Amino acid sequence: MRAIGALVRKDLLLELRTKETVPAMALFALVAYVLFHFALHRNALEGDLAAGVLWVTVLLAAVLGVNRLFVAEHEQGGFDGFLLAPVDRTAMLVAKVAALLCFLVVVELIAVPAFFLLLLGPGAGPAFPELLAILALADIGLAVVGTLAAGLAVQTRARDLIGPLVTLPLLVPVVIAAARSTAPLFSVPAGGTEAKWLAVLGLYDLVFVLLAYAVFDFLLED
Amino acid sequence: MAAAPAIELRGLTRAFGERIALAEVSLSLPAGATLVVFGPNGAGKTTLLRVLATLLRPTAGEASVLGAALPGRGHLVRGRVGFLGHEALLYRELTGRENLRYHARLHGVALHRVDDLLARVDMAARADEPLRTLSRGMIQRLAVCRAVLHDPELLLLDEPRSHLDPAAAGLVEPLIGRASGRARVVASHDPAGGLAEADLVLGLRAGRVAFVAPPEDVDAARIGALYR
Repeated sequence: MRAIGALVRKDLLLELRTKETVPAMALFALVAYVLFHFALHRNALEGDLAAGVLWVTVLLAAVLGVNRLFVAEHEQGGFDGFLLAPVDRTAMLVAKVAALLCFLVVVELIAVPAFFLLLLGPGAGPAFPELLAILALADIGLAVVGTLAAGLAVQTRARDLIGPLVTLPLLVPVVIAAARSTAPLFSVPAGGTEAKWLAVLGLYDLVFVLLAYAVFDFLLED
Repeated sequence: MAAAPAIELRGLTRAFGERIALAEVSLSLPAGATLVVFGPNGAGKTTLLRVLATLLRPTAGEASVLGAALPGRGHLVRGRVGFLGHEALLYRELTGRENLRYHARLHGVALHRVDDLLARVDMAARADEPLRTLSRGMIQRLAVCRAVLHDPELLLLDEPRSHLDPAAAGLVEPLIGRASGRARVVASHDPAGGLAEADLVLGLRAGRVAFVAPPEDVDAARIGALYR
């Protein structure tokens, strides 16, 4: 826990100093929603279309964060500094997942209200507790899969290319499950989310938590 | 009972793909002694230090550091070794104090040790400025603090006095010099300075051992031959 705390604290401090990641993610999401607002040329979206727009935008914004996740470690010797310490290497996995989760939450605090404002019809008000549960489960999936993919990509020379190429296909199930569970909330009249899609999200999160735990050590090997 | 050697190498080899960076290095360094490694750029000095620090796995041969065989028991070595390489292993956007506190937390070291070390290398006054605003010599002083923060038993030093002016070199001497009392492996290009602090000298050329000898059997001409 000591090492995880130190790593998370360091990552958040670095982001506060550089403001390289979260502003870019949030700005991307805002611009995307503005573009959808004008490109779709509708007064309001609802149902599947609204859910799809919400989640594809969040996914692409998340990829921006994923690409930056290990850059400081790679370019400034952070990996070596960490590997020299007498701590479990899984601490870096947990810390990076936590940092990316924090970034996603901040981005969503900006992007989701903007989505409501720009794209959601007045009659399509969501059930907030259910939406929060979906956001939480989807964010865990985005963070765990993203951290694993970023750890893989950062070791390669073409990491800016490899990162999205690895991340996006792995996150397709998260986007499908998140969009399907969100769609009823955005329907008019609003319905309840289907438990099976929440279960799919939860199961996918669990599988990748276990997978990341099993393989992350090897990503840090020389 | 005699103390276990700080380092014991038998045929240590490290390759990067087809290229052999370090071949068949064998030596034994007693506890508390200093091994000075000479050799031109690309001779394998940094590779040797990184293998001893557990940052690289040996490709072949046996390596034992502080009694732990590498790579299998590398986890027993981490935290007992201080590594000072070409990179400071510090974040440019964080201040010196923030960087050292981060490493102190990773190593489970009390935070007041950070302030103590900053004072010893005369960096207390600049400790709250981001690294990107500091000179290379100041960053090197902070890197020395990072390397000794956890009071390691073995120091692995890659040209540790590079970028340091004579006054700064004097400040870090009690921390990483002979007077520190720690076992040390020092990569150097300075024959006179290196021989003066060595208990054992290793000469490397193109990844191969040119000589392993006590300092009294090595002179500047023999070291110079490595670079020709």
